[in-house]
Amino acid sequence: MTDEDDALTALGTLGDPVRRGLYRFVAAAPAEVGRDAAAEAVGISRALAAFHLDKLVEAGLLEVAFRRLSGRTGPGAGRPAKVYRRAGREHAVSMPPRSYDTAAGLLAETVEQAGLDHALQSAARARGAAQAPQGDPVAALRARGYEPCPDGEDETVTRLRNCPFHALAQEFPALVCGMNLALIEGLLAAGASASPESRGWSAEMSPGPDGCCVALRRIAPGDL
Amino acid sequence: MTGFHLAQVNVGRIVAPIDSPELASFVEQLPAVNELAEQSPGFVWRLVDDSGADATMLRPEDTDDLLLINCSVWESVEALRAYVYRSDHLRVLSRRREWFTRMTEPHAVLWWVPAGHRPTVGEAMERLALLRERGEGPEAFTFRDPHPAPASAGR
Repeated sequence: MTDEDDALTALGTLGDPVRRGLYRFVAAAPAEVGRDAAAEAVGISRALAAFHLDKLVEAGLLEVAFRRLSGRTGPGAGRPAKVYRRAGREHAVSMPPRSYDTAAGLLAETVEQAGLDHALQSAARARGAAQAPQGDPVAALRARGYEPCPDGEDETVTRLRNCPFHALAQEFPALVCGMNLALIEGLLAAGASASPESRGWSAEMSPGPDGCCVALRRIAPGDL
Repeated sequence: MTGFHLAQVNVGRIVAPIDSPELASFVEQLPAVNELAEQSPGFVWRLVDDSGADATMLRPEDTDDLLLINCSVWESVEALRAYVYRSDHLRVLSRRREWFTRMTEPHAVLWWVPAGHRPTVGEAMERLALLRERGEGPEAFTFRDPHPAPASAGR
């Protein structure tokens, strides 16, 4: 199979609304998901959920691990349960064929070599401002694929579980992460001046082991 | 434990003298960034000048008063990568062009050293020269195409 066939097979699996619901639930979950939780989330039986989850694994959209969900370990803790998480592999297909990633990589390499970080950040800030949301900036970032979720420790912090520029950010981290921060800062700043409910957020570079390198911080009303 | 550690060096030309106002926001962040490095998993050693705090007084090329050097040793490529790109070091890195001019030739190189070895400035600059002259190879490489550590003695 060609890469395109692969991608189409994977994405075709999501044509079924039940599978799509399961995929979205697993992808959005902060940790691996068991069959029971997945079944409950989309309102189907455990057996049906197991069937569809395994189809998603076959398609390369989800990955499987085995974990003892009870938290017990050692003899008597029971058989480890099958749990699911989103697969790391990217699937993209374009009809007719387009190769924006090739263009993006070439442009990034040129910008990097020319040392145009500052110009890129200015452009990103302006673009973010031009796309400023009317309303909740967290919802706006969710709509852009950042997958915001609460930080486990700091309740004023919202982390972004997905990096929309992942492959490019891996190759040109300083450049692309700086661009991404400026983009989000522009969006937050313009949003805050456009609508009151957008106020009270700041963006900061705060990379974790994976996901987006930027985190949002809720500023206490007194600090505004 | 492979018996080898990863050495890295990068050089950067500052936009103005290290004690100038232009560099103040960089100098201000150095203690925290260096402390973060030392506390990061896999950190082994970093080059310092006579002050003992950082390497900002070292000039790897006699004729270039604005060229700074940064050299350190890590347990693995992954450990160094995690510090450089997945820690708060990225905050400083993404602002690099406020303080450093762009370099037209390669300015960062990685190579393997026997565990316990501490590279000198001269040695580090030789590795950089090697990368510039011959391109990437097992003796001098970059994050783009990391080479594995040499097989340990006795194998």
